[in-house]
Amino acid sequence: MTAPGIRLVLREVHEGEQDLEKQLHAVADRHRTDHEVRHVAIDLARWSLLNRQALAPFAGRYGDELGRDQHPAVPSGVLSAVRERSAELVGRRSAPGLLLLRDLRELYLLASGNSVLWTMLGQAAQTVKDKDLLGVVTECHDRTMRQAVWCNATIKVLSPQLLTSL
Amino acid sequence: MTTRDRIAEPWGVRTPYASGATWPSRTDLFLGEGLTEEQVDAWVQSASVLHSNGDAMDIAVKGGRIVGVRGRAGDRVNHGRLDPKDLFAWQANGSGDRLTRPLVRRDGQLVETDWDTAMDLIVRRTRDLVAERGPGSLGFYTTGQLFLEEYYTLATLVRGGLSCNHLDGNTRLCTATSGEALKQTFGADGQPGSYADVDHADTIALYGHNVAETQTVLWMRMLDRLDGPNPPRLLVVDPRQTPVAARATVHLRPLPGTNVALLNALLQQVIAHDWVDHDFVEQRTVGFEALAKTVAGYTPDVAEQICGVPAADIQAAARLLGEAKRLLSTVLQGVYQSNQATLAGMQVNNLNLLRGMLGRPGCGILQMNGQPTAQNTRETGANGDLPAFRNWANDEHVADLARVWNVEPTKIPHATPPTHTMQIFRYAEQGSIRFLWVSGTNPAVSMPELGRIRSILGQERLFLVVQDLFLTETAAMADVVLPAATWGEKTGAFTNADRTVHLSEKAVEPPGEAKPDLDIFLDYARRLDLRDKDGGPLIHWHDAESGFEAWKACSAGRPCDYSGLSYDMLRGPSGIPWPVNAEHPHGTERLYTDGISFAAPDLCESYGKDPVTGAPREPAEYAAANPDGKAQLLGAEFVPPHEVPSEDHPYVLTTGRTLFHFHTRTKTARAPQLRKAAREVWVEMSAADAAREELLEGDLLEVASPRAAVQARLRISGIRDGVIFLPFHYGYWDDPEHAPRAANELTLTDWDPLSKQPMFKTAAASVRLLSRDGQPSAAPTNTASAPVDPRSKAVATVGGDEAQVTEVLA
Repeated sequence: MTAPGIRLVLREVHEGEQDLEKQLHAVADRHRTDHEVRHVAIDLARWSLLNRQALAPFAGRYGDELGRDQHPAVPSGVLSAVRERSAELVGRRSAPGLLLLRDLRELYLLASGNSVLWTMLGQAAQTVKDKDLLGVVTECHDRTMRQAVWCNATIKVLSPQLLTSL
Repeated sequence: MTTRDRIAEPWGVRTPYASGATWPSRTDLFLGEGLTEEQVDAWVQSASVLHSNGDAMDIAVKGGRIVGVRGRAGDRVNHGRLDPKDLFAWQANGSGDRLTRPLVRRDGQLVETDWDTAMDLIVRRTRDLVAERGPGSLGFYTTGQLFLEEYYTLATLVRGGLSCNHLDGNTRLCTATSGEALKQTFGADGQPGSYADVDHADTIALYGHNVAETQTVLWMRMLDRLDGPNPPRLLVVDPRQTPVAARATVHLRPLPGTNVALLNALLQQVIAHDWVDHDFVEQRTVGFEALAKTVAGYTPDVAEQICGVPAADIQAAARLLGEAKRLLSTVLQGVYQSNQATLAGMQVNNLNLLRGMLGRPGCGILQMNGQPTAQNTRETGANGDLPAFRNWANDEHVADLARVWNVEPTKIPHATPPTHTMQIFRYAEQGSIRFLWVSGTNPAVSMPELGRIRSILGQERLFLVVQDLFLTETAAMADVVLPAATWGEKTGAFTNADRTVHLSEKAVEPPGEAKPDLDIFLDYARRLDLRDKDGGPLIHWHDAESGFEAWKACSAGRPCDYSGLSYDMLRGPSGIPWPVNAEHPHGTERLYTDGISFAAPDLCESYGKDPVTGAPREPAEYAAANPDGKAQLLGAEFVPPHEVPSEDHPYVLTTGRTLFHFHTRTKTARAPQLRKAAREVWVEMSAADAAREELLEGDLLEVASPRAAVQARLRISGIRDGVIFLPFHYGYWDDPEHAPRAANELTLTDWDPLSKQPMFKTAAASVRLLSRDGQPSAAPTNTASAPVDPRSKAVATVGGDEAQVTEVLA
């Protein structure tokens, strides 16, 4: 089927998920002394990978090549090691608390952006009656929204302390 | 009447009984110094504080000292029986190294001082910090071993007086998941079942619950059913060869960290075979379709791949559950301290709900507790909740609590959930908390990743107050140490894991200047001059009984309703299970007999959380999903643990307790019988793993994780291949020069995102031989640490003459 709009959104959401996955890993490295953030961020990065992999079969159908890169977007070894080491060194200071809130806000915005793209893709899938794509979009969009909700909830929990007691 | 070595035979003599019959009573008695019952001056009513079972007992007093204990035959919980810790650990009260005066740090040394000086220092630091940095700079870390009135006083003064959100208990390490799993499923905390369900069940499923060692008297009840006519069948899920597993019809040994995959497969089988009580599910639950979809992919074959449990065994286990007529399910640390803890606990709830096994004799759920009074930490809001199971996210609940305390609702912090222990320590690490008051617990040995914990507690900028009986590893690091009175030296109520409330009365005077924890908290509140909104004292009670009355008013109308109870009623023949109110004047055996009581959106304690991320759900979302307040069948996918075995660390390390000790042994190692029964740390490994590593019983090993290493002698036990076990009791107070031996040197800092309970059951570890001298390990031989080879040179665990206990059958 030639639906250039669908192709465009497919590519965008694919990139958006890759971007979010990378950023989740980066945040996990940077805030390794904030253990819950670190561990949940890594679990959520896997959801972005799953979302990307779920889209792959539709690439051909809509004339694109999303399938090129279905590997986990884990951060490169050296950079990651540097980030982890510096995270441990600054774990005793308070300034990273504010950095954490900024990072979580960035993640929230990325996830929210992806969520809008999933909405668009879902609407299009419904219109062209592509039930397979609609099913995948529904499943993926749910994961994306839960990523965004987690970012927002974590910001809510940490803000009172990090903004008033540091 | 017979006497028996209750170190060698911890569960005593059998009194078999049939399904539906009354458990026969057996009165256990132990008196020191060769005394007889007639020589005792007075018997003072109490219950056990060394586990969560709530065994009722009388304390024997002679010449102003505690000289022994006797079980209370009329009590619903234990019918007269006592566990070895109950029988012997009272001796710790009289230990010569009790703290008797407050200590303050001067020039780096802890020196004795008077109460005024110590309290003045604490109050001044509190005031200065609140003025400079706000109440968020304070943290309070309490326990699961104080009394109800003490927790309620602490919760009132911290939340309603200081407006501080950072109060939690070490119940976070033992029972947080129990409460959270109940909140997720039933909308509110509250143990659904009763120990009396053991009398009726035809199937008992125990998930990560070595009841023989953690609640030994409850196991005596199960043993007596097992030895009677029409015994129940047991399903046991545990990687170790426990005494419970030895009696199982089906024993599953999943790889630690994979409980959710296993439970999803059990649910999948129950649904696939249509062992579902559809009427019950229709009337009492929401979410069946979604749950069925979630678990559909977890066939026994899939679970076998993840959990390392044969698919045929999973099918056999599911059949056991599916064909049960009266199913009792129990859960403990193998679930709570493991990966995806709350989600796994919820799936056990789901199994009972799908089978319609709730609210009837023999059909129940026991989400167990670890510590003796953990239940009260949860109820009173001294853990990460508001008092009496009020919902922090529901403004009406907060306003109602403000009414009880006569403060403005804004005085009670509720912008976020109450801060949990792991986050309190994180804030201290980061420097935003500068004052930490630890009461009745020993984080320097009990928290995960001890190197990190010591570095947090040891910070110059952190003012550390420790209130305890002894100079524990944590107290030794404090700026101020407060000597506390303990069980037998003060009065108060507490509640066990099946909601049974007991009164524990003062039997003797505390040593020296030691004071009840209640008096210490009351003194702190008085010195801070905490007031309500009309200028009256915020804390208007002055002793345990008036504190109990205040708590009754706070709990009225809530699930844990104590309003119909009184000290006088508790002085009767038996403890009484809550709720006790006008509707249930004699207490309540089991919850949810006529529907789910506190799950409606305006009543529930929690609007729930995302089952994987732990993000709190919004009120509107909850109301839409569960408008009629039913039980919620919530499920989710298996997510692997964050630390898995690797080439460098090829084993899964799991930690746990032994029958003969409690917590960090501060009391149990001061009782000679218990100390001798398990005097030194050990490490367990399977026969196949030991053979491959060419290791023998008693070899001194180095056990290492990516964080640290400890030393322990090897016991080749019946544990699952690929898994090693360390008991967590052993620290350094009784041997400061000892090589590293605390299990928590090795554990990792990671917790369940829902219950915030740390994971003590999944770390990667390696072993290495250090030396071999032919001596066996000191691991007990009559518990889960029993040697797997009967020809082993392990020395049999016995107590001898000093452990002879009298057992009187009714």
